[in-house]
Amino acid sequence: MIAFTLNGRPTTVEADPGTPLLWVLRDQLQLTGTKYGCGIAQCGACTVHLDGRAVRSCVTPVSMVSGKRVTTIEGIGETPVGRAIQRAWQEVDVPQCGYCQSGQIMAAAALLAEHPHPSEAQIVAAMDGILCRCGTYNRIRTAILEAVKGGV
Amino acid sequence: MNPREEVLRPARRRFLRDAALLAGGLVIGFRLPEKGGRAWAAEEAAAGAAKVYPPNAFIRIAADDSVTLIVNKSEMGQGVYTSLPMLINEELDAPWERIRVEAAPVAAVYNHTQFGIQLTGGSTSVASSWEQLRRVGASARMLLVQAAAQRWGVPASACKAENGRIFHPDGHTSLSYGEVAEEAGKLPLPAEVPLKDPKHFKWIGKSLKRLDTPEKITGKAVFGIDVRLPNMLTVLVARSPVFGGKLKRFDATEALKVPGVVGVYEVPTGVAVAANGFWPAKTARDLLQIEWDEGEGAALSTAKLREDYFALARTPGAVARRDGDVASGLKAAVKAVRAEYEVPYLAHAPMEPLNVTVDLRPDHCTIWTGTQSQTLDRMAAAAVAGLQPEEVEIHTTYLGGGFGRRANPHADFVTEAVQVAKAVGRPVQVIWTREDDLRGGYYRPMWVDVIEAGIGKGGKPVAWKHTLVGQSIMEGTPMAAAMIKDGVDAASVEGAVTLPYLIPNVQVELHSPKHPVPVQWWRSVGHSHTAFVVETMIDELAHLARQDPVKFRLSLLPHGSRHHAALQLAAQKAGWGKVKPAPGHAFGVAVHESFGSVVAEVAEVSLENGQVRVHRVVAAVDCGRVINPDGVVQQIEGGIVYGLAAALHGEITLEGGRPVQSNFHDYPLLRHSEMPRVEVYLVPSEAPPSGVGEPGTPPIAPAVANALFALTGKRVRRLPFARENLA
Repeated sequence: MIAFTLNGRPTTVEADPGTPLLWVLRDQLQLTGTKYGCGIAQCGACTVHLDGRAVRSCVTPVSMVSGKRVTTIEGIGETPVGRAIQRAWQEVDVPQCGYCQSGQIMAAAALLAEHPHPSEAQIVAAMDGILCRCGTYNRIRTAILEAVKGGV
Repeated sequence: MNPREEVLRPARRRFLRDAALLAGGLVIGFRLPEKGGRAWAAEEAAAGAAKVYPPNAFIRIAADDSVTLIVNKSEMGQGVYTSLPMLINEELDAPWERIRVEAAPVAAVYNHTQFGIQLTGGSTSVASSWEQLRRVGASARMLLVQAAAQRWGVPASACKAENGRIFHPDGHTSLSYGEVAEEAGKLPLPAEVPLKDPKHFKWIGKSLKRLDTPEKITGKAVFGIDVRLPNMLTVLVARSPVFGGKLKRFDATEALKVPGVVGVYEVPTGVAVAANGFWPAKTARDLLQIEWDEGEGAALSTAKLREDYFALARTPGAVARRDGDVASGLKAAVKAVRAEYEVPYLAHAPMEPLNVTVDLRPDHCTIWTGTQSQTLDRMAAAAVAGLQPEEVEIHTTYLGGGFGRRANPHADFVTEAVQVAKAVGRPVQVIWTREDDLRGGYYRPMWVDVIEAGIGKGGKPVAWKHTLVGQSIMEGTPMAAAMIKDGVDAASVEGAVTLPYLIPNVQVELHSPKHPVPVQWWRSVGHSHTAFVVETMIDELAHLARQDPVKFRLSLLPHGSRHHAALQLAAQKAGWGKVKPAPGHAFGVAVHESFGSVVAEVAEVSLENGQVRVHRVVAAVDCGRVINPDGVVQQIEGGIVYGLAAALHGEITLEGGRPVQSNFHDYPLLRHSEMPRVEVYLVPSEAPPSGVGEPGTPPIAPAVANALFALTGKRVRRLPFARENLA
């Protein structure tokens, strides 16, 4: 039995401790907003927050989250930063296919929580691990800057 | 409603919920299929015969004034859940904020107006729906007006409809669409449906926000991989590591010991592992002991294919175009050049790996998947399941990218999933891992091209001989008869035979070698490589003629042509010839027509530690009338990124019959840090709309290659650039 806080609510799961958090979220907890893209921390589609920091859930064993706070795309809108980012994403009309966007938003939210006024280099460093195949990168940057401007 | 149930059967649940909510108020309404898909069959027959598009197949207006538009094209990012509703609503004129979108089921009424099957591809969604969906909207509006007029006892011609309401001739009495929808739904379809004069367009031409954004930024959008059924098992299939290989024997002893594994089954494509969730299925699949009969595919390697292709290129091929006499043209040339080009196999690599969910029953099969090709998928599923096509129901989810891979003409991923469902005997979700996706074939073909071209005394090209060597995509598909003529697959030579420049002697020849590597259309299909070859060679000729690459091209394009206009616009916006590139930077240009649209791109490029760095891309697009300008910009941005990722990094190579690359560490996509600034300019046009999903892709590789030449004096004739030593 592994206990942790998921989107602000206490949660327990029965799982092999080596199971990646991604699959516990998707297959056991039915939170399908966090996406599978590569399984080897190369694409970032599976990005969630672990105690506020962006991590790749596809390579995070569920045992590692024991006693910690996990936030997913389903919960990020309840935070001020998450709300600001989602608003900016909507304003700029960022997504195309949308599959990578949970990861993009989670990475952006972790960035702005840590650096409310990130430099260009900090944006690139925080976002470079999240792949988008549709070409939304420029809009993502615009939206991050919008969110910064709007105050997060 | 329990959110899991909502995910469970999205379309069906919504039908039921709406029907219950509206209890009789539902009009211009779909009638609920009485039993599975059978009611659809009747509608299909009716629609197929009459070739009319009843508004009730595309529009549902409820008594509460909510408007549901049923979209018959798959949303894979290209924005059809916004642009196609815009077409309907231009004539329907309902309040935009009341509009919801639903994916169409499979039925003939939803067939592509040009292809005759339900399919999303060829950058045709808007172009092929342009007339159709406006008529659908106009028909519905006429019926609504007529119903209101009847209620008031006034002539319909004296009433007008606007923004979801019908107005009485008295000017102040009005009824909402929802209030008359039920009566409107009982009226016969109008025979004549006039369309608005474009100068009165209210929505078309304006940038509207995408209707799918809210779901996609909250994690609520349901992609195929997100479908959850009670009692469902997750299945991973171990497939032959070599194309065309066959299973010899396997031992599942260790795999079956993994907790959560339910069973291991032999299926036609290999060995299927079914488990409670992805992780046990993956863990167990890694423990399978399998022996394959690899067959002739094991002898394949990129090195051997190159050798074979270059040998073929030296022999005469099937003639795809012949103007004048290319041999004497070349002899008469003052200067001539012969160049060899190579482009590799490419995987589509959509961010959402392929997946299919199947609930197979004795008399019915329900499939949830992000597909671009519903009709062919349904036929294939029916054949495997031993059912009639109308007993197979397909729920099209959001697609986490398609780029052509999700329109497999052999219905490969759906066929396999139904085979798996048959073997397992429970609802299954078959998921491809990223490795399965990249190594699973259906690649953009590898190509070898040779061009010999020459210029005459005045510096104008006098001869152009282009030989192409690469596999046919259409061969062996249901499209072969229409697409392959006299040994020439039109998709192989598109962009090569349509050379826009005025050259008196032109010959294009094609070789279509056959071997077991499965190939498929990849964003922009043949153009994905012909634009690279043609536009870099034109650049070489400009250099031979000592002319500016833009001026040289303009001099060979008919004045007033779309190519001419797009090229001029891109050059002007980029500051070509006016602005000096930053030190260590250079500009390159390319222009190419595909899918009815012309796109010119100027790339600003430098080298950083021997690696290509693209700083800025300026694109000018003529795609006819623009429906949603911001949507077009998104597509061009996307097309450029897709083409740039391939040009910089993309290649699948084969060794011992096995694809070498397996995941994003060795098949890199473009990252944030590599993203150029992109500016997109639209050429004003009142011509009917043409494609935008693909045309942004072809010009980027040659524009970058031409910039590299301007920068280094070195011609890059192979892709990806990462392979070249440019330092």
